[in-house]
Amino acid sequence: MSVDLSQFIPSFLEESFEGLALMESSLLSLEVDDKETINSIFRAAHSIKGGAGTFGFEKVTEFTHLVETLLDEMRDGRRAINPADVDLLLESVDCMRLLIEAARDQSDYDEAKVAQTSLDLSKSLAGSAGLPGEYEADAGNAAPPADGQQWQLTFIPELHLVKTGNDPLLLFNALADLGALELSAQTGGLPSLSDMDPEELYLSWQLILTSSASEQEIREVFEWVEDECQLELVRLTPEEQVEPEKPPAEAIPEQPITTEKSADAAGVPVADKKADKPQVKNKQDAGSIRVGVDKVDNLINLVGELVITQSMLSELGNDFELSKLERLTSGLEQLLQNTKELQESVMRIRMLPISFAFNRFPRLVHDLSKKTGKAVELIIHGEQTELDKTVMEQIGDPLVHLVRNAVDHGIEPAEVRLANSKPEQGRIKLDAYHLGGNIVIEISDDGGGINKEVVLSKAIDKGLVEANSSLSESQIFDLIFEPGFSTAKQLSDISGRGVGMDVVKKNIQALGGRIQVESEQGKGSTFRVHLPLTLAILDGQLVRVGSEIYVIPLIAIVESLQAKAELINRVSGDMLLYRLREDNVPVLPIYQLFNLPADTSEVENSLLVVVEADGQKVGLMVDDLLAQQQVVIKSLKDNYQQVDGISGATILGDGSVAMILDIPGMIQLAMKSAQKNQAQHYGSHALAGETVS
Amino acid sequence: MTKILVVDDSNSIRDMVSFTLKGAGYETVEARDGREGLNTAQGGSFDLVISDVNMPNMDGISLCQALRQLPNFKFTPILMLTTESSGDMKQRGKAAGATGWLVKPFNPEKLLATIKRVVR
Repeated sequence: MSVDLSQFIPSFLEESFEGLALMESSLLSLEVDDKETINSIFRAAHSIKGGAGTFGFEKVTEFTHLVETLLDEMRDGRRAINPADVDLLLESVDCMRLLIEAARDQSDYDEAKVAQTSLDLSKSLAGSAGLPGEYEADAGNAAPPADGQQWQLTFIPELHLVKTGNDPLLLFNALADLGALELSAQTGGLPSLSDMDPEELYLSWQLILTSSASEQEIREVFEWVEDECQLELVRLTPEEQVEPEKPPAEAIPEQPITTEKSADAAGVPVADKKADKPQVKNKQDAGSIRVGVDKVDNLINLVGELVITQSMLSELGNDFELSKLERLTSGLEQLLQNTKELQESVMRIRMLPISFAFNRFPRLVHDLSKKTGKAVELIIHGEQTELDKTVMEQIGDPLVHLVRNAVDHGIEPAEVRLANSKPEQGRIKLDAYHLGGNIVIEISDDGGGINKEVVLSKAIDKGLVEANSSLSESQIFDLIFEPGFSTAKQLSDISGRGVGMDVVKKNIQALGGRIQVESEQGKGSTFRVHLPLTLAILDGQLVRVGSEIYVIPLIAIVESLQAKAELINRVSGDMLLYRLREDNVPVLPIYQLFNLPADTSEVENSLLVVVEADGQKVGLMVDDLLAQQQVVIKSLKDNYQQVDGISGATILGDGSVAMILDIPGMIQLAMKSAQKNQAQHYGSHALAGETVS
Repeated sequence: MTKILVVDDSNSIRDMVSFTLKGAGYETVEARDGREGLNTAQGGSFDLVISDVNMPNMDGISLCQALRQLPNFKFTPILMLTTESSGDMKQRGKAAGATGWLVKPFNPEKLLATIKRVVR
């Protein structure tokens, strides 16, 4: 008999990570005398320990046992809740996470950190009344006894034994599983019938057991009743042994139950070898979503509606007459409505409240404020705002960076704040809300703000802008996202921003989003991240080039215009620049890029769709602008192969396939061809320099 | 068929206990905490209750106490599934009317072997 439990590991892991998150957030909000919070933290640790033990994740079990012991002292009031212990517990949560991740991925972990925290926990425990007990894994057996040893047992239960649900008969059955059992009941304790309480037990027994089981195994049978009975267990010497008079099966009026004996019953965890190397999928594809029942119910309702509509329509289709046209139209409308709702509901399944991403920030701010010695208050709004799971996973790191920057560089040291008559405690606000079809995440601080002059002069030093160029405020703030700034360590010390911001911006753009900065000197800064709600659907502008239709993501489009001949400049070779107010925008003829026969190969009087990515603008030359519509993105890479300049494909209403243009990719293509065409240096200069200004 | 009520706030433990019991031919009903367990128990009869100790809303000890007040559960075996094997804990369990305890880590073979001590 072996039960394979490895299928439950993913569910245990998911639960454990939820438990850790709960421990962390509860610890951060923990106040003195908060019994219920301590209890829930304890329960989380306790569940993790139990599960880890089951699956043989011994390191997790051992470590968590220490954590649990400490929490137990707090729970019982033997230990006061103090900041030092809370910090230690937070460290411990990190360690538990490391250990569980290592168990999941069968990978290494930071052993020094775990060992140190483990030591700290032991020290803290040693300082208190309750010493850490050895973790009581079920002990194995003592040395196996000689075969056929006889034992004499005297079992005198207390009167109330059956009231705890114990039954002597079943105990004897369990004994019979260990060997041959002979027993005799002592009825001397029975009262007269009138005095008898049928709920009490008046009997006692003498038993002879012939078995190879150890004393411990025999005692284990009585484990649950040891306090409610007198039990004597005597090992009979060979001379004292008696031959059983009857076969044991008759001694006990019921069929003995077959039970796995010895080692199994003594409880070496079964998950042993398997659990050492659990069959867990890699983190990437182990993803699962917990979906609220209401969302699923809604889907089921909609599918029900859809089925009704379908049957109505197919009914109409049988012997269709023109008189039924009206009903057909309304049926189709209903179908449209249902499909739309179904699509939205399906999308909502992937939506999670952004609290999943925000949850880590209280801890982050707590740690950072400690590290920097700045008192910082974190205010979170809109954590119920929902966001696509994939987007959520990828936006985490950029957000961490922004929050870290806000504490590290945005908030001024206490003395500076006080000198500027601000409250000593800085404030960081995280907010998420829907705006149009997008979600906006704001990270704002009430710190010193960004010093425009410093940013500008640094940018000029770095050669990112011309010395005499006049930039708008937002253009100056955008400079902090320039790659050149990320190496400017000094600047980050002076003005406070810039380290790694180019990466933040790139990651956000990779999600089809954008980031804006607002800042007022002395008052603080706000970083506003705009993201699409989902990566599976896109608002697109359909354009025609020759006979092909392409989709341009709406978010990338700055404007569309009819090209005027007098604004076109031809430079080095094939390079075309279009004068768009103060900008010189390179023109990218799509027909050329994809080798298509177009209506016109002349830029003059053709249509330009000006798109922007990475701060670069490019005018895409197209034959016609068609409708704007939401398109469902199909991956080209999965269905065909990666194509330069194309980010995916979609299927249009008429069944034809349209390619979705990859705007950052196209701009890079344009840059490359510009560099290739570098007959004159002007071409590349225009791309790199002019578009910034 | 022997019907067992499984009460645990951890999905994975609950799933594992149920899975093991069903595999051995028992019928199981699950509840996520003591309160839910008590409600379920009031709505039916069971041959055995296996309950975690630490749970939100109502812990296993309180559940046990409450069950013993119900006529249907006067003699029903109630096993506490727990990592706490301290004497104190066992004392509290006993006082509440618990039949016995199963010490975690959860081990399917041991579970099946030991519940035979309390159900026929």
